[in-house]
Amino acid sequence: MTRVETGAPPAAAPASAAALLRERARWSLFDLLFWAAALAAFFVFPLRLPLLTEIAILGLFALSIDLLLGYAGIVSLGHAAFFGAGAYAAGILAQHGWGEPISGLAAAGLVAAALGFATSFLVLRGSDLTRLMVTLGVAMMVLEAANKAAWLTGGADGLNGVVMDPVFGVFEFDLFGHTAYWYALAVLFLCFLAIRRIVNAPFGLVLRGIQGNALRMSAVGAPVNRHLVAVYTLAAGFAGIAGGLLAQTTQFVSLDVLNFQRSAEGLLVLIIGGSGVLYGGLVGAVAFKLMQEWLSNITTQYWQFWLGAALVLLVLFARGGLLGLARRFLRRRPARSERGGAA
Amino acid sequence: MAKWTLRAALAGVAALLAGAAMAADTVKVALILPMTGPFASTGRQIDAAARLYLDQHKGDLQGCTVELTTKDDTGTADVTKRIAQEAVVREGANILAGFGLTPLALAAAPIATQGKVPMVVMAAATSIITEKSPNIVRTSFTTPQAAYAMGEWAAKNGIGKVVTLVSDYAPGNDAETYFAKAFEAGGGQVAEKLRVPLQNPDFAPFLQRAKDAAPDAIFVFVPSGVGSIVMKQVADRGLTAAGVKLIGTGDVTDDDILNNMGDVALGTITAFFYSAAHDSPENKGFVEAFKKANGNMRPNFFAVSGYDGMHAIFEGLRKTDCDPSAEKFVDAVKGMSWTSPRGKIAIDPETRDIVQTIYIREVKRGEDGELYNIEFDQIPDMKDPAKAGK
Repeated sequence: MTRVETGAPPAAAPASAAALLRERARWSLFDLLFWAAALAAFFVFPLRLPLLTEIAILGLFALSIDLLLGYAGIVSLGHAAFFGAGAYAAGILAQHGWGEPISGLAAAGLVAAALGFATSFLVLRGSDLTRLMVTLGVAMMVLEAANKAAWLTGGADGLNGVVMDPVFGVFEFDLFGHTAYWYALAVLFLCFLAIRRIVNAPFGLVLRGIQGNALRMSAVGAPVNRHLVAVYTLAAGFAGIAGGLLAQTTQFVSLDVLNFQRSAEGLLVLIIGGSGVLYGGLVGAVAFKLMQEWLSNITTQYWQFWLGAALVLLVLFARGGLLGLARRFLRRRPARSERGGAA
Repeated sequence: MAKWTLRAALAGVAALLAGAAMAADTVKVALILPMTGPFASTGRQIDAAARLYLDQHKGDLQGCTVELTTKDDTGTADVTKRIAQEAVVREGANILAGFGLTPLALAAAPIATQGKVPMVVMAAATSIITEKSPNIVRTSFTTPQAAYAMGEWAAKNGIGKVVTLVSDYAPGNDAETYFAKAFEAGGGQVAEKLRVPLQNPDFAPFLQRAKDAAPDAIFVFVPSGVGSIVMKQVADRGLTAAGVKLIGTGDVTDDDILNNMGDVALGTITAFFYSAAHDSPENKGFVEAFKKANGNMRPNFFAVSGYDGMHAIFEGLRKTDCDPSAEKFVDAVKGMSWTSPRGKIAIDPETRDIVQTIYIREVKRGEDGELYNIEFDQIPDMKDPAKAGK
């Protein structure tokens, strides 16, 4: 394979892996638009910040699942275990007087990553079905452990008395949720950059290879298991940060951070948006929450029915989620708009 | 169209400015409930009862009208908190109400404090809730109230040895503790304390252990929906046949599902604050109107708590001349007493928690052939025993 130092022209196929990665890592119009919209949302919807914060957190959670599912092909039904571990880590720290948010968030990520590392060896074994069961089982065990350890977690009552210090010692968490939104958005952006870097590194390429055919990857000489352990740990860490964000911005943690429903929702959001494209989780989170909010305002009791119907339609007619749909739409008439902004 | 939007925007700004300046003409109540998910029945009952009250008393207040908006928190604590926060900052809600479960109420409590709005708890029953914000008032019950009453009654009425069986979470542990306290103080003996996991419970092995201890009665506390499963298994395991009485708090024989439990429920003795069969003109009127408005659904203890919560809101506003600010409103509600469908009740001026009669009831067939909790004894004016230092 020849090494090509200069980037290939945009339209032509990249000539080497390095060029391919560079091509992928390039910022497009879509990137700019997306983050500009996220910033603008603060000014356009100043009274909806708690919802926007929730979207950012859900988006980060879905993004961490994307790292697993979209890139490494690991299907998990128990990712909430890490989300919850992070939430409890951040919450318990703050409850015991360590209210500094950023170090608390780092601790949340580390605790979740440690749990992810410890359980990753179980997940390595077996096929998809086994993984589903193992991840589900681990999440149930963590949930029950948190329920039993009421002296630490508050059990079914939830964790009370979480008091946060101001961010950077300046920005207090206010009732309007100003600080919470900026904080969550900044953390989401940084995590996004990190994950983008990870998947656009050779490491990410190996993951894709494993997703395609693990056996062949090991034949090529790639250490499949080591990569899987690493990505599982990373994904757990990012989920933990999302959980920590939730604990810090709501200043409350209850057992439902560990629920099966939380795992399922993350997966759902990712599938709505489209997996394996980074923005899938974020777009999915926006779409899911807005749809939920809109429907449950119209019909408080039966919104789940309509949400379900929308999901079925989406999965049937929009393979690859909303982003897949958008990409197909743009590709259908590429002549006029030279290069569409699909991510 | 553009003109219309502009006008709407101007009106919005004007309303914002005016709202701050003068006393509100419309008092906005955000009713935050689990309307979907496993606890949807709680939300459905409270929502229906609150709307019934609103319908019946629409023009009662001079100087303001009450506007009720129901919001679904799906029974998830962080959502409850977010919805409460949005209700206060975005929609300008003056009063928060509802709260189906303990963690949900606890999550929203800081909003009541920071946002300086009253918070009327219509369901969540763990004792500590009212201590989490000075703006919280409760119109439902506390689990210790019911459990303590049951213990007292059991000790006095020829039950000497009991096995307790509770769901393993905070309210269950509360029930176990306060039942045992009252029962042992009255000379009874708790032979065994069994705790069943809250998720996916299998009662069979626990019931077998209970049976082996050969008690006079088995005291049960489970969340309301699970009651029918316990009931069936108690009969299946032959405890009833062995002469072991089934006693508990009224969650087990929830009016909403009691009639569907069938004959296995007959003879169950429970202590609780409300039965749809309570014999009073107020209750007859309430049950009739509730059934009529809701396709013959029977009101349960959550419904009456929601109904009384609305009453507290209306009477509080009447006393403050429609001023819903937390200080004035909560002050007005403190010490208030009235005759509810459940009987005489009051709001304790010190704890802002409810003071009420706890009835001892037995499941029997009513005149209409349906199963009811028929009251036959009572412990009047019961405060929350956890806060009364019992």
